[in-house]
Amino acid sequence: MYEFSYHRPASVAEAAELIANAADGKLVAGGQTLLPTIKHRLASPSDVIDLGGIAELSGIVVNGNIVTVGAMTTHAEVAASKEVGEAIPALAALAGNIGDPAVRNCGTLGGSIANNDPAADYPAAVIALGATVRTNRREIAGEDFFTAMFETALEEDEIIVAVDFPRPEAASYMKFENPASRYAIVGVFVARTAAGPRAAVTGATACAHRAYRLEEALQADFSAAALDDFEAPVDKMNSDIHAGAEYRAHLVKVMAQRAVAACA
Amino acid sequence: MQENGIGASVRRKEDQRFLLGKGRYTDDINVAGQTCAVFVRSPHAHAVIEGIDAEAAGAAPGVVAVLTGEDLAADGIGPLICGVQVTSDDGKPHRAPAHPALALGKVNYVGDHVAVVIAETLAQARDAAELVEVNYRPLPAVASTADAAGEGQQQIHEEAPNNICFNWPFGDKEANDEAFAGAHKVSSIELVNNRMVTNPMEPRAALGEYNSGTEEITLHLTTQNPHVHRLVLAAFNQLAPEHKLRVVGPDVGGGFGAKIFVYAEELVVGWACRKVNRPVKWTADRTEAFMSDAHGRDHVARAEMALDENGKFLAMRVHTIANLGAYLSTFATMVPSYLYAFLFAGQYATPLIYSEVKAVFTNTAPVDASRGAGRPEATYLLERLVDVCAADMGLDPAEIRRRNFIPKDAFPYQTPVVQCYDSGDYEAALDKAMELADYGGFEARAAEAKDRGKLRGIGFSSYVEACGIAPSAAVGQLGGGVGLWESAQVRFNPTGNVQVFTGTHSHGQGHETTFAQLVCDQLGVPFENIEVIHGDTAKTQFGMGTYGSRSLAVGGVAIAKACDKLIAKGKKIAAHAMEAAEGDIEFAGGNYTVAGTDKSMNIAEVAFNAYVPHSYPEGVEPGFDENAFFDPMNFSFPAGTHICEVEVDPSTGEVEIVDYTAVDDFGKLVNPMIVEGQVHGGIVHGIGQALLEGCHYDADGQLVTASYMDYAMPRADNAPDFRVDYAPTDPPHNPLGVKGCGEAGAIGAPPAVINAIANAIGAKHVEMPATPETVWRACQAAV
Amino acid sequence: MSTINLAVNGQSVSGEVEPRTLLVEFLREQLRLTGTHVGCDTSQCGACVVMVDGKSVKSCTMLAVMADGCDVTTIEGLADGADLHPMQQAFMDNHGLQCGFCTPGMVMSGLDIVNRHGNDLDAATVRRELNGNICRCTGYQNIVKAIRAGAKAMGD
Repeated sequence: MYEFSYHRPASVAEAAELIANAADGKLVAGGQTLLPTIKHRLASPSDVIDLGGIAELSGIVVNGNIVTVGAMTTHAEVAASKEVGEAIPALAALAGNIGDPAVRNCGTLGGSIANNDPAADYPAAVIALGATVRTNRREIAGEDFFTAMFETALEEDEIIVAVDFPRPEAASYMKFENPASRYAIVGVFVARTAAGPRAAVTGATACAHRAYRLEEALQADFSAAALDDFEAPVDKMNSDIHAGAEYRAHLVKVMAQRAVAACA
Repeated sequence: MQENGIGASVRRKEDQRFLLGKGRYTDDINVAGQTCAVFVRSPHAHAVIEGIDAEAAGAAPGVVAVLTGEDLAADGIGPLICGVQVTSDDGKPHRAPAHPALALGKVNYVGDHVAVVIAETLAQARDAAELVEVNYRPLPAVASTADAAGEGQQQIHEEAPNNICFNWPFGDKEANDEAFAGAHKVSSIELVNNRMVTNPMEPRAALGEYNSGTEEITLHLTTQNPHVHRLVLAAFNQLAPEHKLRVVGPDVGGGFGAKIFVYAEELVVGWACRKVNRPVKWTADRTEAFMSDAHGRDHVARAEMALDENGKFLAMRVHTIANLGAYLSTFATMVPSYLYAFLFAGQYATPLIYSEVKAVFTNTAPVDASRGAGRPEATYLLERLVDVCAADMGLDPAEIRRRNFIPKDAFPYQTPVVQCYDSGDYEAALDKAMELADYGGFEARAAEAKDRGKLRGIGFSSYVEACGIAPSAAVGQLGGGVGLWESAQVRFNPTGNVQVFTGTHSHGQGHETTFAQLVCDQLGVPFENIEVIHGDTAKTQFGMGTYGSRSLAVGGVAIAKACDKLIAKGKKIAAHAMEAAEGDIEFAGGNYTVAGTDKSMNIAEVAFNAYVPHSYPEGVEPGFDENAFFDPMNFSFPAGTHICEVEVDPSTGEVEIVDYTAVDDFGKLVNPMIVEGQVHGGIVHGIGQALLEGCHYDADGQLVTASYMDYAMPRADNAPDFRVDYAPTDPPHNPLGVKGCGEAGAIGAPPAVINAIANAIGAKHVEMPATPETVWRACQAAV
Repeated sequence: MSTINLAVNGQSVSGEVEPRTLLVEFLREQLRLTGTHVGCDTSQCGACVVMVDGKSVKSCTMLAVMADGCDVTTIEGLADGADLHPMQQAFMDNHGLQCGFCTPGMVMSGLDIVNRHGNDLDAATVRRELNGNICRCTGYQNIVKAIRAGAKAMGD
């Protein structure tokens, strides 16, 4: 690791000021991605601003049909949350299968979506559930939030405060894990909502995205059989030693069918 | 039998310290004035070094020294060596290009050592290492095993034309060809034995200290064989005279072969601590381990079997290309030759075997022994081929094995490939495994699985391995540079407790327990009064260390022989004390008794008399402390049958191992609990190779799998509970009746798993690692 | 340099650390608590797992400054002198360790599993919950057995 200055602000306002004034500041949430990156000297921030001391960023609140998860809420807290488990069980299940138990005890929702790893799980939920990302400045629709690989709509010094997840009628996330990293080779999140089916795919392409064609296929008939003829576009798929593009495209269909079946 | 003697599942002595966090691994040791070393490594697979500018690094905060290959050469420190000769088909020894510990003008793989930075702290050393400016002129890289010796390939070493280290034919080609010409059927298979990174959980480390007063270097190393390290570093690298070099292998966190070898970092740390006159510590991070630990396997092979109309094997021939990496590691040449081709008979009475091995250099990390070393490669090839033979002949895989097994009354059995098997009853192991695995119920289980959309398959692997390495004369004849005997010293202290010094090294195998059980059993000394000491050249007599499942089969016998000497000496002392004739003294259960009387003396009393010899037999030396060396008459030949049952999800290609049975012949078991643990670990290592682990270099020689993010290690949810049982035979060559068990699982498992997958999906072959995509594609092709 | 104050194995400690110092480096190098090991650099092997405020954490992926004010338990903090904690004892009784390198992390993760899933654990749960801990020696079967037995003993 290179040297850096460490700050632990007590409020979002203080954190915003610190990041704005830093030469090359980095916000750290749970640190489960940023710290390995710094350790490998792949990032060299001048300042690390730890959001761990900001109480207002943590917690889960259910208000009517909206489940609000604070940005610094850990995966373990979401997984164990009775409220989330009752309102959106698929979200709790997703959180409970990120990384491993020790990683889940540190890793956070805000950290995960701000990093936007193309194989991360949470982006699929944020997009498919039509969630709203609330920052210290504004609200961003989930599907507009993830702009490109490791890129988001966030400004340099913008801080995620919470994510509002609308409660779907039913939802499910199916992940085909990379056997080494346990990230998603392909993850498909589908939701049946009053406004129709919604779906998002992670892992398969450069960035998690809304899967309009899956949604179309499910529009009339929200069933696994409705996807029997579905074909994900091979040319858009990632290809690496763990899975080639053709296989990934195939997995999108299989995971989507399984997710839809699990919604029943 | 003593309560804690041979055959008892005694809880391990070593566990208390490990469980309390009081283990002492190399990186846990810190000494006053210690500095930290960081290696500057090549980012290129193949490049000429046009210059190294270390000025900025040398001036960086905390930097003590920046050293390069030229400094090393100027101090007369020799290159790393390979200790086993293989004669190539031109009658010349294998090609052995120089292997400098720090590069001299050229780098040959990603991670190759270019310079070392020594600084006050690790962070400072890392900071400064980035300031070392190396001017590289990249060259094309050779990364493919299959193509390395092909036309027009880039040459890596001048000394090795066409990148060939050796071409090694073995066997009677003409007789073999004749048998093939007259065969009823010829079955064949082409396959890859996937490259693995051995991955003991403790990364390699070295701590060097130089005492300018005594001119002694002390090296704490992650080593499986401290004396071998000392010998090689002293005799071939001129690090220090042997008596001025102390090598300590403290607690070592797993080895599996990867910690046998003398590595560049170890030599450099030993040299640098004298050069800077400060202690120097280096500890690999996992990325460095992936880049610079010796890797394992990496063969491309084609094998054929000639069969008669009854499915009897008439002859077998094998062509293998074996990747040795960029340089020869310490025992690299031996692995794809003697430890490989000499196992091609397997459990079968195949009369003719012909093999050609082409060993090649590539721009990848050196390849050497890794759990099983050559034997997993041989077994995988043979056991896959046998399944193909079964399919071609329309025979059940169990039946074709049974028809070709060496019968149990044929032992000792001389194979056509040098080895003479000690003992075995292969059919007994097969029968027991089939019964335990409920082979008869398989069809019903497969039908039930099919209803759930799963393809269920069953696979056999009947393996034999050569362990108890090794008879020194045989090693010498084959071109080995060492003897492979083992040593022991058993010392009574005056108060009656016992210290056992062994030349082997324990890094997870539990020697402190097993060896104490041997001594407890033989000498009748309470288990808790026995301490086993190993791993320090300043404490123990010269020994050859631990690998090749040799520690009990060779080192254990040395301990037993030392105990024999103590018992014999004690008879004289006891006879004198009890005023009886020596011939009337009997020893049992720790007591010397005058035959036919109730006069008796405990061995602890005898020991006390030996140290306080006030009334003592004439001509007998005082003291109660004996040394013994044991050179085995033969290898030992553990064998067994493993049966694996898998379920494949055809929609994704995922493979689940749903059942696994291992029935092994390890001879006598000293501690069944420990043996079973070794079997479990070996099987999961083998499952790792079969399903998960594949070390991957891209075409430019970049290591793609350089961390656990990309290299899939088996985890707890990758395997079920195993059913482990035994079908022991008694090896006549081994005085303890033991064979060795540490590698068996890693040898037996890969073909059992792949045979099961091939059976499930109806494919002739599926390459390892059988990842979901690989299996899915095979399913598509099989449809 | 930053000053940190924390409790480690029930004892108050303070230290001067660079912000870039990892918790595991602080434990191993400053406190010389070398029972916590480092087996990888990508937060996967779990040899470095310790408890921070009662929860399992990979100490190679937490800055020491982040543990300021926390209560940290390492493998050295479990036993009462030479009397092993029931989870440690279960590892010994069930041969749940070989080389011992991954063991501290396995024991700590075992305790975390008990905290979350109770004393009556099935094998599948333990196998799934151990996916952040890698062992090369044991093949896991006896680790799973040990954690189940340790969990049960902790409830007795």
